Amino acid sequence: MSFTLDKAAPGQNLVISFLPNGVIKSQLIRFGICEGERVRCMDRIFGGTVILQKNRLEIALGYDLAKSITVTNEN
Amino acid sequence: MRIENSSNDQNEEDNLSQQNLDSENFPKTIVITGNPNVGKSLIFNHLSGLYAEVSNFPGTTVSLLTGKYKNAQIIDTPGIYGVSSFNDEERVARDVILNADVIVNVVNAVNLERDLFLTLQLIEMGKKVSVMLNMIDEVKKKNILIDSKKLSELLGVEVFETSAIRKIGFENLDNAIRSARQGKSDKTLNSKLEELKNICNSQASSLLLLEGDKYFSDKFNYKGPDYREEIYINRRNKVKEILDSVETEGTKQGIFFSKLGRLCLNPITGIPILFFVLTIMYFFVGDFVAQRVVGFTENTIGKNYFEFYTKSFVAKFTDTLIDVKILGEDESILNQRVFNFPEGTNSNPNLWKDLRNYIHEKENQVDFHFTHPFPTFLFGEFGVITMTISYLLFLLLPLVLAFYLSLAFLEDSGYLPRLAALVDKTFTKVGLNGRAIIPIILGFGCVTMATITTRMLSTEREKSIVTALLQFVIPCSAQLAVIAVLLSTAGFKALVIYSTVILSVMIASSAILNKLVPGESPPLLLDLPPMRWPRISNVSKKTFYRTFGFMKEAAPWFFVGAAGIGILQLTNLLQFWHSALSPLTVNFLQLPKEASTAFVMGMIRRDFGAAGLFDMNLSIDQIVVALITITLFVPCIASFVIMLKERGIKQGMIIWSFAWIFAFLIGGIVSQILI
Repeated sequence: MSFTLDKAAPGQNLVISFLPNGVIKSQLIRFGICEGERVRCMDRIFGGTVILQKNRLEIALGYDLAKSITVTNEN
Repeated sequence: MRIENSSNDQNEEDNLSQQNLDSENFPKTIVITGNPNVGKSLIFNHLSGLYAEVSNFPGTTVSLLTGKYKNAQIIDTPGIYGVSSFNDEERVARDVILNADVIVNVVNAVNLERDLFLTLQLIEMGKKVSVMLNMIDEVKKKNILIDSKKLSELLGVEVFETSAIRKIGFENLDNAIRSARQGKSDKTLNSKLEELKNICNSQASSLLLLEGDKYFSDKFNYKGPDYREEIYINRRNKVKEILDSVETEGTKQGIFFSKLGRLCLNPITGIPILFFVLTIMYFFVGDFVAQRVVGFTENTIGKNYFEFYTKSFVAKFTDTLIDVKILGEDESILNQRVFNFPEGTNSNPNLWKDLRNYIHEKENQVDFHFTHPFPTFLFGEFGVITMTISYLLFLLLPLVLAFYLSLAFLEDSGYLPRLAALVDKTFTKVGLNGRAIIPIILGFGCVTMATITTRMLSTEREKSIVTALLQFVIPCSAQLAVIAVLLSTAGFKALVIYSTVILSVMIASSAILNKLVPGESPPLLLDLPPMRWPRISNVSKKTFYRTFGFMKEAAPWFFVGAAGIGILQLTNLLQFWHSALSPLTVNFLQLPKEASTAFVMGMIRRDFGAAGLFDMNLSIDQIVVALITITLFVPCIASFVIMLKERGIKQGMIIWSFAWIFAFLIGGIVSQILI
């Protein structure tokens, strides 16, 4: 079942299923956050900022950005 | 002997021809590039012998740094994740990369997956590249194995292992520059690039054109398809393939710092950590430096030595009236005498001797009043030379040093990006993102310094909003100290009213600015570098160079500001402001007429304004009204001039005028309610 990234729980392993279009998509791809990519939600902090972990890289995504990304649970 | 000479000659000739060959083959422009926070600046420093900012907060090297290495020009770019035109940093880096003969690409070996994206893009651009695989010591600590030989083979360029912070592998830098070459890139992509070469005649520009870069599409009037997403995804996949072949991972982690990093992000622990950090900063900057250190530098060194001896020297040659007060332990006036030197102190050495004896070993206050306008302009109460030098060296320098030291420490520890993530949501509500926390915190130290720091924000919109907030509602440390003393005498009720009004104004003005300033602020997308213990040498170097940079940039404007005030004083325009403000002060704010002097003084230095309220016999409600007005009132002359420089005259004047209007309007409303 897919849901938006802002609803992911800390510790959850996720697969990115949809990224918003535009410059922000290119910036996310540069960080290795592509559609189909596996990531881990490290934390969801006050106000909805999401901390994603991709291997050794930690990335903070603001609430509005997290809300525009769709993910699914990793099987 | 002859043989020796001839052999020496031969050697010299060989050396010369080798040098000629070297200078012919050696690149003319070397560009050092890489992701933020990978050690580019350390490599640049080593090669150029200059210092460049080295920081742990992504994106702090905003401008380009250039130096010389041998006969080549060497350029350190801002940290970027890719070459395009998404923001100012990329635009700056893009232009120098396009013109580079050789690119030294510094990558963080711990984060190869992130960093190789840029490496592949540089290779696909057809540039001559060498890769410095930096932080190789951290890789070993983390039990990660990287096959750099294999990496070199797959990329088609030379890869050198380094640890810039320990200067390991620096002996290979020269070799890296000389052996830089074009790498292996995808055949399908290459054929597409070939087709575009007749439009823009360089592989690098062709790639950016194919990636739909707006700058190049406009430049070459290209209306073809945009393959950015496809190219980016292919590049990402290639990074993955390369990583699978070159990297094997262990499991060891930096447990303590990684836990600390998490704690900083979790609001339950992160907010207390923030308060702890701010408390330490307050005790260090606000108490130790702003009170004790500045107390010593400003009063003892500045007033008693620098100003006294400078003015004494000038008084030798010009008509001077010297007002001397002998002070008691509580700074009350015990005795007062006026010494008149109509032809300068040189013409009456006995009276001068008398004056020196009068103040000898006593707590005193000596005020020089020059009769002629020129010495008054340069050395008087607001003298361009005396006031500016005192202000810059004895008040501002210690404060700026302390703030930059704290900032460097927080940056290098990796705390600031986490703080930006923690406060992001709050800032989003006012049209900013978490990164705006840095200039706001600095504003409580010095608004001028913070206004310069708004450059690190990525859009003009954010810069405008933060500058307006800084100039309008954020009190600087000099002003805060005076406000704190006045509020402590006024009591708890005054504190509550003052804080509520200022906080409400801050929230309301942020929300209004968010609605009024056109455009949208970018969402937060921030790479969180690992937490680590800062290196003292780096922190102190950074503090020194930033302070030096600030003083160099701001100092001339302080002189300009002081000269402006001097002219206002000489032409009686200061008196005009004073008279113009009086009715407003008395009728609307319901404050004594003398309070308008405090406001006029506040234009020169914010704390002068607040300090002017000390001597007035104000009721508690009047203190609250006066403090609210003076907090919201226009910034000091130096930050005003810097604001004009940063934001342009039109926008700067709008902010300045609004600060005038709203300071009096809000102060007046509070007064009408309270008094």
